[in-house]
Amino acid sequence: MKSILAALIVATLAAITLAEPSLAASTETDYKTALAAAEAAEKEAGNLKNQWLPTEQALAAAKKAAAANDFDAAVKQAQQAETLAKASIFQAKEQDDAWKAAVIR
Amino acid sequence: MASTIRVRATNSGDTTEVQALVQHPMDSGYVKDASGNLIPPHHIDVVQFEHGGKTVFTALWGPAVAKDPYVKFSFKGAQKGDDLTVSWVDNKGQSDTLTTKIQ
Amino acid sequence: MLRAVGATLAVLLALAQTAVADTTDPQADFKAFRAYFTKRFPKVPLNDFVNGPYSMDADLRKQWVAIDEFPPYQFALDKGQEMFGTPFKNGKTYGDCFANKGIGIRQNYPYFDEKTGEIITLELALNRCRQANGEEALSYVKDDMAALTAYMAFTSRGQPFDIKIPSDPRALAAYENGKKYFYSRRGQLNFACSSCHVQSPGEHIHTEVLAPALGIVAALPIYRSEWGGMGTTSRRLLTCNSQTRGVPLEPQDENYRDVEYFLSYMSNGLPISGPGARP
Repeated sequence: MKSILAALIVATLAAITLAEPSLAASTETDYKTALAAAEAAEKEAGNLKNQWLPTEQALAAAKKAAAANDFDAAVKQAQQAETLAKASIFQAKEQDDAWKAAVIR
Repeated sequence: MASTIRVRATNSGDTTEVQALVQHPMDSGYVKDASGNLIPPHHIDVVQFEHGGKTVFTALWGPAVAKDPYVKFSFKGAQKGDDLTVSWVDNKGQSDTLTTKIQ
Repeated sequence: MLRAVGATLAVLLALAQTAVADTTDPQADFKAFRAYFTKRFPKVPLNDFVNGPYSMDADLRKQWVAIDEFPPYQFALDKGQEMFGTPFKNGKTYGDCFANKGIGIRQNYPYFDEKTGEIITLELALNRCRQANGEEALSYVKDDMAALTAYMAFTSRGQPFDIKIPSDPRALAAYENGKKYFYSRRGQLNFACSSCHVQSPGEHIHTEVLAPALGIVAALPIYRSEWGGMGTTSRRLLTCNSQTRGVPLEPQDENYRDVEYFLSYMSNGLPISGPGARP
């Protein structure tokens, strides 16, 4: 049992180390893909009239980092923006019905 | 343009109570505008209230006083119907003055 | 047999409940809304709710009474009166656009316009009036609009809110949408209007005392010391949105107008107290 665990840990560590090189150095293409996904999500949030300020901030930060050719940071910010935008979409859809529970009766 | 000063002085026997409101941005010089530039200092330095040729109240305001300042004080020795003159000067040399009757 | 009766009762109850949730009954909402606040604050006289935080906090109230002897909105009020009396280039005035020449009518806004099927707020009506007379629209959040509405509110002080919801499906839909907006959570902080103004009136948020939703629109526009200036209803709603870390909508967006309609209807019978002064 112990040896299996040890082997698993070793394998995981190896996987992480091996995977590292492919994670490093995002390209402009990675950034454009991430940005497009984030902007699409934010547009949907806009249609639901429920955009969040931090999403806008992350989008702006992503564009700024990309302009400075820091695509690692740009991708990270764009992904953050997408996560936030999706959360705001989830909130809007959930509240579409959930608001009724808060009404004074 | 309408006066930047609103003043009301009411006499009740012995004392006269004065309240005044002055319209002024009172920029401290430490605040930034939306684009991140410092808003230059622009504030009232001295406010004076005169009655019968005598200064009855002087306030030295400055950068620490809020926008559109308000002041209230009372003094003795005035009668109903007397004139009370308010004046202020700011750090850019602008000024305003207004005379009102004590009620 | 008994079981059958029980089951039928359960079905009936369930039906009754969905009926409560899904029909639009402004009058029932109005009763429940008012009862909630008057029960929660039995010592606050009904008409005092329009004074917002001052109805909740004795110390604040003392300061306000002193401030109100010489109110900070005085300059805006004077400016509004002057603007209101100054004719447009074509010789007409604001008064020509309104019933009773615009004097003492604040309590009737917002109203449902049967022709266009939309909610008309006072701020929207003022800009439409300007545009109809060949003038540029004013910014909804800046001083000129606040000055005009301050003057119009001042001439209506003490008049009870008299918001009507005609039995027109479009009016009811607008009311329902405003109600939904009021109770829906939004922004990264996941706050609804009601999270503060229904759940927590009288409580502190930072150094501020939260105002009750009942009568909250009666004091607008307000001089807000925090803002260092006047704010319109539009400004109040926009700032509330950004405070929840949401992106505010455009001023006078349909949602904003509808929520103002809902809140004003909930305040029916309470006196106009604007312009107001708030910390």
